[in-house]
Amino acid sequence: MQKQYTLSKSKEIYKDNISSRNRAEKIFNILLLFSVLFGLLMLTVLLIDIAVEGFSWVRPELFENYHSRKPENAGMKSAIAGSLIVIGLTGLFSFPIGVGAAIYLEEYASQNKLTAFINLNINNLAGVPSIVYGMLGLVVFGRMFGIFREGSWLVEFLNLPIQSGTTGGLKFNLLGIPWLEMQIPFGRSMVAGALTMTLLILPVVIIAAREAIRAVPPSIREGGYALGTTKWHVIKTLVLPIAFPGILTGMILSLSRAIGETAPLIIMGAFTYVPFLPNSVWDQFTVIPIQIYNWITLPQTEYRVHLAAAGIIVLLLILFFLNGIAIYLRKKFEIKW
Amino acid sequence: MKNQQSNLATFNSIPNQIKIRNFRERIIAISLFACGVFSILVTIGIIVTLFTEAIAFFFRPEVDIVTFFTGTNWRPLASKISPENFGVRPLIRGTMLIAVISGAIAIPLGLGSAIFLSEYASDKLRSVLKPLLELLAGIPTVVYGYFALSFITPILKQVLEDGLGIKVSFFNAFSAAVVVGIMIIPIVASISEDAMRAVPRSLREGAYALGATRFEVSTKVVVPAALSGIISAFIIGISRAVGETMAVTIAAGATPRMTLNPLDSVQTMTSFIVQVSFGDAPAGSINGQSIFAVGATLFVMTFVMNVVSAVILKRFREVYD
Repeated sequence: MQKQYTLSKSKEIYKDNISSRNRAEKIFNILLLFSVLFGLLMLTVLLIDIAVEGFSWVRPELFENYHSRKPENAGMKSAIAGSLIVIGLTGLFSFPIGVGAAIYLEEYASQNKLTAFINLNINNLAGVPSIVYGMLGLVVFGRMFGIFREGSWLVEFLNLPIQSGTTGGLKFNLLGIPWLEMQIPFGRSMVAGALTMTLLILPVVIIAAREAIRAVPPSIREGGYALGTTKWHVIKTLVLPIAFPGILTGMILSLSRAIGETAPLIIMGAFTYVPFLPNSVWDQFTVIPIQIYNWITLPQTEYRVHLAAAGIIVLLLILFFLNGIAIYLRKKFEIKW
Repeated sequence: MKNQQSNLATFNSIPNQIKIRNFRERIIAISLFACGVFSILVTIGIIVTLFTEAIAFFFRPEVDIVTFFTGTNWRPLASKISPENFGVRPLIRGTMLIAVISGAIAIPLGLGSAIFLSEYASDKLRSVLKPLLELLAGIPTVVYGYFALSFITPILKQVLEDGLGIKVSFFNAFSAAVVVGIMIIPIVASISEDAMRAVPRSLREGAYALGATRFEVSTKVVVPAALSGIISAFIIGISRAVGETMAVTIAAGATPRMTLNPLDSVQTMTSFIVQVSFGDAPAGSINGQSIFAVGATLFVMTFVMNVVSAVILKRFREVYD
C-alpha cells in the first residue's frame, strides 16, 4: 500500500513536470516565432505604407524636374544624377584600394603584429558611425585642413593663384590636359563626396574581397607556381579571375549601402537644393536621400508625405535592383570546389 | 631561321628579364602593401581631424572643458556665448535614451530571432528568413525616419494621447527609438546566431540524450555556451544605435533637454551635428568647431563599446574541442 502510494505520487510529479515543460516549450516557440515575424511584419508594413503614400506620385515629373515650390511640379532630377555619379565615382575609387588591400592581406601579409593590427583596425573602422566619416571628409577633402585658404603659409610661400568666393581654392589642369581639370581643396564637389563615401565603405569592401579571395583553393595557386610563374602572375591570371564574381558582389552590396547614406554627405557639405545638372565632377550636388530628407522636413503634406514616399520608392527600387544584380552574379558564378 | 634567332635573343636576355620581372614584382608588392596600410591612415585621419578641431574648441575663451562634460544646458545658438551654454549632457542623455529603448526592443527580438534561426528553423526556412531579416538592415535610415514620422508617431498619438490622455509631442524619442530598434534587430540576430552556430553539436545531443526539450537545450545549453558572442552582439547593437543619425534627426526632433520622458522631443549628438551642418557654420567658427567636440565624444563612446565587445568576444569565449 505504502509502495503504491509513492509510485502513484512520483508518477504524478513526473506527469506534472512533463506537461509544464511542454507548456514552456510551446510558449517559447510562440515567442520565438513572434520575434522573427515582428521584424518581417514591420518590413511589410513599412513597404505598404510607402507604396500607398507615394505610388501615385512616382510620375514623369519626378525624373524630369528639379525641386519646385509647387508640389505637383517637384521632381528630383538633380538628386538622381548626383546619386548615380557619386556612387560611380565611389566604386571607381574604392575598388582598387579595397581589392589591393584584400590581396595584400590574403596573399602577401605574413603573420605578424602589423597584420594583426591592420585586421583589428579594419574591424574597428567598420563600427565607426557614418557621421564621423562625414566630418573626416569635410576636413580632409572638403577643406584640406585649410592649407589652401587665402593667406595660409603654403599659399604665401608658393605664391599660389588662389581664387576667393564660395568654391574658391586652386583651379588647374593636371598635366595641362583640359579634361583633367582639378580643384583644390575639393570643397563641396562630387569628388569630395565620393572620396568620403570611399572611406566609409572601404572596410566592407575589403572584408568582402578577402572572403572571395580566400575561397580560391590553394591548389590553384600551387598549380601556377609549379609552372614557374611569379606571385603576381598567379594572382593576376588565376586568383583574381576566379575570385572576381565574389569581389564584384561584395562591391555592389557595399555601393548599395553607400547609395542610402545621407549623414556623411550632409556633413561633408552636399546641398539640399541643386536646380541644375552637374557639368563636371567638381560641381556641387545633392543625392536622393538628402532630397527625401529635405521633403520630409517641409510642412506641406504633399512634400512631407507623398513626394518623400515617391522618392523613397525610387531609392528602394535602385537598391533592390543593385541587390538583384549581386544575387544573380553570386548564383551564376558560384563555384563549388 | 628568323624564329630561331629571336628565340636565341630571348634566351640571351633572360637574366635581364628576370631582373625586370623581379623589379615589377617588388613594385606591385609595395603598392599592395600601401593599400593594406591605407586603413591605418584612415583611422589616424579620423583621430587627428576630430581631436584637433575639438581641442581648438576647448581652448576657446567662451568654452570650458569641465562645464562641457558636466553642464546640463546645450544652447550653442543662444545670443550669449558662454560656458554654461555648452554642456553636452543633454545631447548624451537624448542619445542614451534612444539607445536604451531601441536596445530594449532589439535585444530580445534579435536574440529570439537568432535562437529561432539557429535552433528551430530548418535549413530551408533559414535560407529564406535570414536574407529577409537582413533586408531590414539594408534599408536606408532616412526611410526609417520617414516611417517613424508618418506611421509610428500617428499611432502613438492616437493610442496614448487620444486614448489615455498622455501628451505625445510630434517629434519624440520613442518613435525614433522604435525604428532604430527595428533597424538593429538583424545586427543583434546575425552576430548572436553566428555565436550559437559555433556551439558544437555534441553539446546539444548530450542534452537531448538526457531528455531535455528544445527550449531547455536552447536556453540552458546553447545560450550559455554562446554567451560571450551574444553579449558582444548586444553591445554592438547599442553602439549602432548611438551612432544612428538620420532616423533620429527626422523623428526625435531638435530640442536638447535633460529628460527621461520618451514622449518628449530630444536631440541626440548625431542630430545636433546634422543641424549645424545644414546651418552652414563656417570653418573655425564656434559652431563649426562644436560639432567636432560632439563628434569626438560620439566617436570615443562608440569606440569604447566596440572595443569592449571585441574583448568580451575574445576573452570570455568558451572554447570547445
